[in-house]
Amino acid sequence: MISYSFDFSFLLTTWPAFMRGAWQTILLAGTSIALGFVVALVCAIIRSGKSKLASGLVGAYVEVIRNTPLLVQIFIVYFGLPSLGLRLSAETAAVIALVINTGAYGSEIIRAGIESIAKGQIEAAECLGLNKLQIYWHIVLIPAVERVYPALSSQFVLLMLSSSITSQISAQELTAEANLIQSETFRSFEVYLIVAAVYLALSVLFRVVLWAIGEVAFVRRRKLRT
Amino acid sequence: MSVNEATGTRPRNEAVPGAEPIIVVDNVSKSFGPLQVLHGVSLTIERGTMVAIVGRSGSGKSTLLRCMNALEEINGGTIEVCGNKVSMGDRPSVKRLRTDVGMVFQSYNLFPHLTVLRNITLALTVVQKKSRAEAEAIAQKVLAMVGLADKAEAYPEQLSGGQAQRVAIARSLALSPKVLLFDEVTSALDPELTGEVLKVMEDLAREGMTMVLVTHEMAFARRLADVVVFMHQGKVWEAGPPAEIFADPKTPELRQFLSSGL
Ligand SMILES: Nc1ncnc2c1ncn2[C@@H]1O[C@H](COP(=O)(O)OP(=O)(O)O)[C@@H](O)[C@H]1O
Ligand SMILES: [Mg+2]
Repeated sequence: MISYSFDFSFLLTTWPAFMRGAWQTILLAGTSIALGFVVALVCAIIRSGKSKLASGLVGAYVEVIRNTPLLVQIFIVYFGLPSLGLRLSAETAAVIALVINTGAYGSEIIRAGIESIAKGQIEAAECLGLNKLQIYWHIVLIPAVERVYPALSSQFVLLMLSSSITSQISAQELTAEANLIQSETFRSFEVYLIVAAVYLALSVLFRVVLWAIGEVAFVRRRKLRT
Repeated sequence: MSVNEATGTRPRNEAVPGAEPIIVVDNVSKSFGPLQVLHGVSLTIERGTMVAIVGRSGSGKSTLLRCMNALEEINGGTIEVCGNKVSMGDRPSVKRLRTDVGMVFQSYNLFPHLTVLRNITLALTVVQKKSRAEAEAIAQKVLAMVGLADKAEAYPEQLSGGQAQRVAIARSLALSPKVLLFDEVTSALDPELTGEVLKVMEDLAREGMTMVLVTHEMAFARRLADVVVFMHQGKVWEAGPPAEIFADPKTPELRQFLSSGL
């Protein structure tokens, strides 16, 4: 049998780097989630809207993103855009790529929510005198997002985990920090085990925060459970 | 029809001798693509009366009701509600129409994400720009009218069908409409729950609300309607006071409809 003796002593000196990496991942993923949600919402609205052209364009964007690898999308933003004269830091490029990516996935989720709103709901609101915008906000969008919020939350946690891939362009985040530590300590196994544990903790953290946001935003969910 | 039932008409019938038309449907046609659903329908509804529209499934009853409330665009003829011509394209006229007319649906169409109270106050605050407090006072009042004062904080999924439908009626009432349209509002309910909804509608009728209802509740129509309209193949086939319509049908179609066990 192969024997391997674990040695975690490097943690004594490197734990601040892990913490820094975790914090950078929180910032990177948090920013991407917030902006990605806005993009997803806008795209979902356009896609379920009346304009065939706009809806088609958004549809094309969604399909392209969903059928290409995230890593390639990141490379295009980071290495491609400078050729057009747009110089981006690795972190900015990472956020842009993650927002574009999660905007596409999120818009499909929200669109499903929008389309699940029954026609009778809208007619009832029309009969009560609400105008188009009021109906869209109160009767379509809010319940649609409420309905798909669990799926959306999972998508956002997935985004946080996927953000590790931005280490490939050396964006500052947890996996990049780990790569650095690994190259200095040569304890690959231990380093990545620890990184996995930290990602696990981050997943729990993101889930809890997203859950709490849902509790505040969607009162019914909270009330009907008690 | 027995003598007893014939005398069961409401006192307000005499009080309002059909003076003031509130809805005038004139020669209205409506098609869905190649399918013509309404063929030159004409109908006048007087203020303070209850008009019951009966007929077989598919005869165009719902479509007629929906045309009255600009949920469907008509292809010919005119509809006037409270003196205003109904036209889906004309936004100010639709807006006026919505304040004059309330509508209650078979499937309740309560907003599932909002409490009963918020279902009722939504239009009061968002459309009529009333303060929250004022809107809630109105909501409490109409909830009491339908016997559901204790359900203000409930969510629609916590209600029985009968309760949900009464909330839907209260939601329409809160906006003080001049006319209420009811499209088979008891058809989705278990038989033991229809009574509580019909009771609310009867109360409204007695208070003089103008009501147009599409219904299969023949006993209810016979007892409370001022006018019964029998629709057949997209036309007003027969119309008149319930005593005439039920006791003395003129056409074989109506006779057959009445004897078909409805
Ligand atoms: N939105 C629609 N599109 C196409 N056909 C419709 C639509 N609504 C109703 N119809 C048709 O119009 C006819 C009358 O329907 P409806 O007014 O609902 O009848 P009723 O309420 O008397 O049962 C039916 O044949 C129905 O299939
Ligand atoms: Mg119908």
